[in-house]
Amino acid sequence: MSRWWRRPSVVRLASSVSVMAAVELVTGPPGSNAAPMAGVSGSFAEKVSFFGLFASPRWSVFLVYALVLYGVWSLWLHRGRQIRNAASVVLARPRNIAQRGTIRWSAAVVLVVVAALLPHFVSDPFWQTAMVEQIAVYVLLALGLNVVVGFAGLLDLGFVAFYAVGAYATAWVTGALPLPPLFGVHLNPFFAIPIAIALAMLAGVLLGTPTLRLRGDYLAIVTLGFGEIIFLFANNLNGITGGSAGTGQIPHFSIHLASIKYVWGLAPVPYYYLTLAFVVLFVIAFSLLEHSRIGRAWTAIREDEVAAESLGINPLKFKVMAFAIGAASAGFAGVVTAAQTNFVNPSVFTLYFSINILVLVIFGGMGSISGAVLGAIVIQTVSMYLIHTPPAGYQPQDLYIYLGALLIVMMIFRPSGLLPSKRRRREIGLAEAGEGHMDEVLTGDTP
Amino acid sequence: MINYFTSHFDTLRLEFWPLLVGGLASGFIYAMVAIGYTLVYGVLRLINFAHSEIFMSGGFASYFVIRAVIGTSQPSGLESILLIGLGVVSGGAAGALVAVLVERVAYRPLRRRKAPALAYLISAIGASYFLFNLAGKEFGRYLYAYPTIFVNHPVFTIFGAGVQMYYVVVAIAGVIMLITLDRVVAKSKLGRSVRAVAQDAETASLMGVNIDRTIVVTFLIGGALGGAAAFLYGITSGVIYTMGFTPALKAFTAAVLGGIGNIRGAVLGGLLLGVVESLSVAFVQGSYIDVAAFTVLVLVLLFRPTGILGERLGRSA
Repeated sequence: MSRWWRRPSVVRLASSVSVMAAVELVTGPPGSNAAPMAGVSGSFAEKVSFFGLFASPRWSVFLVYALVLYGVWSLWLHRGRQIRNAASVVLARPRNIAQRGTIRWSAAVVLVVVAALLPHFVSDPFWQTAMVEQIAVYVLLALGLNVVVGFAGLLDLGFVAFYAVGAYATAWVTGALPLPPLFGVHLNPFFAIPIAIALAMLAGVLLGTPTLRLRGDYLAIVTLGFGEIIFLFANNLNGITGGSAGTGQIPHFSIHLASIKYVWGLAPVPYYYLTLAFVVLFVIAFSLLEHSRIGRAWTAIREDEVAAESLGINPLKFKVMAFAIGAASAGFAGVVTAAQTNFVNPSVFTLYFSINILVLVIFGGMGSISGAVLGAIVIQTVSMYLIHTPPAGYQPQDLYIYLGALLIVMMIFRPSGLLPSKRRRREIGLAEAGEGHMDEVLTGDTP
Repeated sequence: MINYFTSHFDTLRLEFWPLLVGGLASGFIYAMVAIGYTLVYGVLRLINFAHSEIFMSGGFASYFVIRAVIGTSQPSGLESILLIGLGVVSGGAAGALVAVLVERVAYRPLRRRKAPALAYLISAIGASYFLFNLAGKEFGRYLYAYPTIFVNHPVFTIFGAGVQMYYVVVAIAGVIMLITLDRVVAKSKLGRSVRAVAQDAETASLMGVNIDRTIVVTFLIGGALGGAAAFLYGITSGVIYTMGFTPALKAFTAAVLGGIGNIRGAVLGGLLLGVVESLSVAFVQGSYIDVAAFTVLVLVLLFRPTGILGERLGRSA
């Protein structure tokens, strides 16, 4: 068994080189049919720096990186204990603080205040728009998916369907669809909020009732298919949704109460405050939910469905409930998007979108509300930054490569996420120790 | 309403045989991809979400090889046959390679840690997402058509339906590969270890079966078949970075339809799904055909989740 390619140092070197080769491919200039490997061969940058290192071909630069990685890795193996001890001394205090209830609450209040003051510091119109369309809306979506994936432990790959329902419901109620609105009345988007949320929840019940009987892996693939079907319908039902061209002229939010008249216009900041208010509402509602009877039922089902059922919990009922409740915030996100952009475009409602939301939840921490919020803010800010100031050779679609890689990396190194929920983390630890029954439904034999 | 059905049944009656032939051809392709799902499910009890990208990589590899070999020539006769063989082999090799890589990167670290199943699912979805978007970046995000490998004329007719060369090629290649696979799993030592792990991994390892190697072999076989199928699929449909999604979803449907974990079930499910989907052309508009296949999946999962032939890889062969 002492073959040379199995020696740990050789394996480490080979892994370092292949990791860096992957990074090189991923960050390189885009290739094409004629030059499929442009990402490997091109030169790194035009400017000569670091003794000409960066003017050499990309592969040589990344080879150097690979050697550095190998060095750091070996150092970590030999001196890892000291590094970890030093890190734990530095990190110990904040970790303790974050666990105290009152401090957590005041931290949340401070965060909300910071979020409310943020538009005064951000003057770039790109970032102001991004704060609404790409960050606040995604926080809402991540909160909703967190209920489904995090609380109830159901992997939903078609979450975009509820967002689409919310957006199209807004367009319908405000009279922007080819389909005539209810009673022919064109409503203000404010009235669309309850209708859109109700329709999204209804969609959750309709989609969930048949599919949530299925095992976890089947559920994932079925929801994925449903997401695609929603896209097909939105794209092809010209008489109802306006087809692939989408539908426009959705009015902005407005208030006409006696003497108060206010219209949310194209400016993003008023929309930011509106969305922020709802984010706070949803965060409060979902954290109350987490520790309520329903939340405890979800935990029970997630940890051991058979035991939960024997204690009188109806798994299907609570799973459908999770779908419907998660759909509510996605439906509301749809209302905001539709009203703010005045436009619904079916090309948004694809698998890419669902996976994007999933990444936010996984990165932040499944089952942790603060994690979902943080994940959405961090990842969406980074992705917006990449669009705002793209590095050389970056295409907008490249983001998906990084998100895919991030999912694998998180699952290998930190499956409970950046800000893990304590309970979830314990479950994963127990499952790895071979105790408990978390997610056993996924792999167990069918009855 | 009655009019709708009579007119559509007329289409079905007139077009039945051509549709059946086309459906069987795509059924062979679904069957080959479905084997990949079924084998991995058999040993790991998991759906390999990255299988669609294993398929895609087979399509790209065979495209680049075939294009390099053909150049500007117009192949015919023996050349065509050799080129088809080359396409199948190169697609299969790339599929196998990517499948083994996926196993190594996205599955094995989790297996070492005995991670919960949800982690495998997410990691596999990440791998799939990573791979197809990387392919889009490296090879461009548009459709490539294969250069002409053979002349696609009708070879013979069944009940008035012309059977084109393409269908013959797919059927012959499919039958050869599926029978080989069936025999390998049923008779060889390799197949025996795969079946042993599928039945009871712990006992198998006590009997001296190397589980890690068996899992790699399983991914390798499934990947090779998937990659080869991608070549056959790409001849008519072309190659693009998203090409894996729809055929793989359908192949998964086929695997479930026949009974996931069951090799012969996957073949049966694939052929059945291909025919059902092809015949549904008479009733639904083109853009909704995928919905038809998907409806089959949901119905099967709800009413007979063990499929037609039932689960279990260990028993099947």
